[in-house]
Amino acid sequence: MKEFAYQRASGISEALRLAAGNDDVRYLGGGTNLVDLMKAGVESPTRLVDVRFLPLDGIRQVPGGGLEIGATTTNSDLAAHPEVRRRYPALSQAVLAGASGQLRNMATVAGNLLQRTRCSYFADPSQPCNKRAPGSGCSAIAGAHHNHAVLSWSPHCVATNPSDMAVALAAFDAVVRYETLDGAGDIPLEEFYLPVGDTPERETALPPGALITAVRLPESAISPLSRYRKVRERASYAFATVSIAADLDIRDGVVRSSRIALGGVASRPWRARTAESLLLDGPATADRFRTAAEAELAAAEPLPGNAYKVTLARNLIVAVLTDLAASPY
Amino acid sequence: MNAESSVPTAAGAVGVARPRVEGRAKVTGGARYSADEPVPGLAFGAVVVSTITRGRVLDIDVAAVQDMPGVLGVIDHRNAPRLNPEAGHFFGPDGGLRLLQDDVIPHAGRPIALVVGETPEQAYAAAQALPVVYDVRPHDTEFFFGHPAGRPASALFDGPVDVGDVDAELAASAVVVDERYGTPEEHCSAMEPHSATAWWEGERLQAVDSNQGPYQIAVTLATLFCLPPERVRIRVEHVGGGFGSKGMCGPQLILAVMAATRFGRPVRVTLTRDQVFLATAQRPATDQVIRIGADADGRLRAIDHVAAFELSPLAEYIEGCTELTKTLYAAPAIRTRLTAVPLDILPPYSMRAPGAAPGSFALESAMDELAERLEMDPLELRLRNEPVVGPVSGLPFSSRNLVACLRQGARRFGWADRDHRPRMRREGSLLVGTGLAATSFSTGAFPSTASITAEPDGTFTVVVAATDLGTGARTALTAIAADALEVGVEKIGLRISDSDLGPAWSAGGSRGTASWAWAITEAAAKMRGPERPATVTADTAHLLGELPSRERHAYSAVFAEVTVDPATSEVRVRRLLGLFAVGRVINPLMARSQVIGGMVGGLSMALHEEGVRDPVSGRHVNPDFAGYHIAAHADVPDIEAEFVPDHEPGLPMGVKGAGEIGNVGTAAAIANAVWHATGVRQRQLPIRLDRVLED
Repeated sequence: MKEFAYQRASGISEALRLAAGNDDVRYLGGGTNLVDLMKAGVESPTRLVDVRFLPLDGIRQVPGGGLEIGATTTNSDLAAHPEVRRRYPALSQAVLAGASGQLRNMATVAGNLLQRTRCSYFADPSQPCNKRAPGSGCSAIAGAHHNHAVLSWSPHCVATNPSDMAVALAAFDAVVRYETLDGAGDIPLEEFYLPVGDTPERETALPPGALITAVRLPESAISPLSRYRKVRERASYAFATVSIAADLDIRDGVVRSSRIALGGVASRPWRARTAESLLLDGPATADRFRTAAEAELAAAEPLPGNAYKVTLARNLIVAVLTDLAASPY
Repeated sequence: MNAESSVPTAAGAVGVARPRVEGRAKVTGGARYSADEPVPGLAFGAVVVSTITRGRVLDIDVAAVQDMPGVLGVIDHRNAPRLNPEAGHFFGPDGGLRLLQDDVIPHAGRPIALVVGETPEQAYAAAQALPVVYDVRPHDTEFFFGHPAGRPASALFDGPVDVGDVDAELAASAVVVDERYGTPEEHCSAMEPHSATAWWEGERLQAVDSNQGPYQIAVTLATLFCLPPERVRIRVEHVGGGFGSKGMCGPQLILAVMAATRFGRPVRVTLTRDQVFLATAQRPATDQVIRIGADADGRLRAIDHVAAFELSPLAEYIEGCTELTKTLYAAPAIRTRLTAVPLDILPPYSMRAPGAAPGSFALESAMDELAERLEMDPLELRLRNEPVVGPVSGLPFSSRNLVACLRQGARRFGWADRDHRPRMRREGSLLVGTGLAATSFSTGAFPSTASITAEPDGTFTVVVAATDLGTGARTALTAIAADALEVGVEKIGLRISDSDLGPAWSAGGSRGTASWAWAITEAAAKMRGPERPATVTADTAHLLGELPSRERHAYSAVFAEVTVDPATSEVRVRRLLGLFAVGRVINPLMARSQVIGGMVGGLSMALHEEGVRDPVSGRHVNPDFAGYHIAAHADVPDIEAEFVPDHEPGLPMGVKGAGEIGNVGTAAAIANAVWHATGVRQRQLPIRLDRVLED
């Protein structure tokens, strides 16, 4: 392990100053992913700026009915919050579907958003990986890619985003708030993760040195019956093979609106806009759900080892929407 | 003691449920594992392993790290002590032990250097930074039946048999199952990483090491370093699991001894988690074809079992997949053949229930397929083919209580109500299925010695070079000694875990307790003899030869209930029940814990465990607990084990082994339950969801 400086920021502006102009600085939240990567030699920052103790924790009501979740709120506190559970239950379910109780007690909301892919080639510095070492090649495309992306990947990288939480946030039109030395900004979650393209090492639209301060959930997305379902090889302590956050608003048998986001299929949470628009104003039937799912997944380009994910994602969309349609309103 | 003893009747410590004697030390952190032993003046070695699968080391740039903080030096093939090529293990000389002897890289993850530093962090940092230049050569890690490099496996055990006329019997059969089954590379995955600390005390080499048998490993180490055995002492106080991976002289120990020798001070080498996967023994992949023919009433006419497994050209090994086939069921014709396929992989070695675990998956899946085609209860099929004598050996069974396991398990599980047709039960959207497997694991003993001293205060010091892997060996041997000496357990002071205590078998092969108990009871018999000596020593080597030839096995029947989500194809085990005939149960509390642990291992084998290799580089892709899955708590909601009355007449106290039988039948029981739920056979492990997924 390389030596590094550790500084605990006393305020947001100090944190921003400590990180300014230096690519080798990392903000430290719970450290549940970053410290592992440092041990493995994947990350080797020269300085860690600990932002965990900044006054950025807590969940508060936003005028109009939305919620603002502070960046350093722990995953455990987020999942347990009564208003999160009441208004955005899929978010609570998504967080609880990830990691373990111990990790959720440490991990922060901002850290969860910025966690890195669990592609094993990324995690092993002795292997080529464009995300870790740009230009070295992608080992997974010709290698072991059983759990890799089927949508919107590029010849440079086929890794998935591992976050459960971000899938629910994508379904709820969350907005990421940040600060820089030049001022604050907002990024909708759907634009937060950049397309892979030929720069898989650039993962988010955050400006250099930016510090995430909060995630905002809009009032318009309140979905008391929403659901998160995670498919995985073992019953706990595994990343999603495919996951879904979904909600349906059905009146008189007709879909008035829907929210569908998928995890485990792309480099970012996959908001299923195609399926949502196909479902709009149509009957809430399994056939329609299947048609919509297939339309969404028509763009999938699976590799030989992960074609099952397309079938699985389709089945999962149909199963969860069917369950939602059968729920009492 | 007579070779065939009578059933012991005296009430005593054996058979009584008692918690582990070291339990308090373990839960309070007081128990010391190998890497915890305080040693003054300790330096630390960090292992560097090969990142290519085959080739040569062209250069290791030691100068690049020599001046890093705390670095004492680097050992590689250019300066390592020379090792004796004769050194090996059960199967003969083992090139896997000859580390740092030349520039050849025979497999990915091969240790190629050791960086020694003042602290673990300094050594590890330099190991990460050490530049290595390779000459990469083409490799072959692709295993399959019919691989052109395949050759007959060593016949040291599980050799080929051909009894009766298999072809004629198959031709005359009303129903024939002819199917192929596969199991992947699997890793022992013990919680405690391998760690060794070595130092010289004058002319004597001392080591504390995580292993399954300090005496045997001291002998191997002495051979390897060309030392007289009495100049090597190895201790191993507590072990955090072995599962076979600590049965050999491990790389941590060999490298620690090299470093202690070269730097003249104590050196500790602890493998990182990925190195445990890359450089310590794994189970080889297997590829098996089974043909079973039966009459319409379910009586078997023939079993033909051919199995291939992979190994390394560096060392002989046998994954005895066909052993069970020779003893589990009566059939007039039985033929088995084992093929070994040398590939560019780490030499495989025994991992929990070697041979039996993959072999029983194939055999017991095939039996279930036979029951399906006969439209017969799979339980009845097994009962109908119960042999009277060993179907191949012709030898009598020393004791065989498989039927009791099957019948009692079936009652307890509610098997009688089962609709044997597949895909008939649903609960909500879930498909539900049940399955069973019968199985056995061979039992016996290996030579061991034990000593007993009658102390002036009325206590007895009992000494045997046993190892407790966490299974409760200390507690069991204390009870055995107490009963053998006819005193209470409080009078027994047990010393184990030290090669200086004399020759003894390892904790392995389900023969630890039987082997050590035999030596202890022999010593106790002498102690209680007319001369009443103060100190006695017993060696069972000569007694083993007097044991009559018998089929000696532990038995079990495992019942599983699974759910399968037809949309997501997630398979979850809802219930597991194992009935076991393991001879006399020394300590029901720990025996139950051990066989349940074995069943969890079998569940992991069925659904999770798979060493994945990169198809291009041949390297491991998932050498950690995030990527290599074993069952989590949520995967084992309801798991029960019971013992049927059983007694092994040939072994003291009537014991058989309980170490591996728990593992063996579980994978097939689960696979059979998945078929019963879905109607689709799963012939390749693990039963991943992509293999179950329906379009």
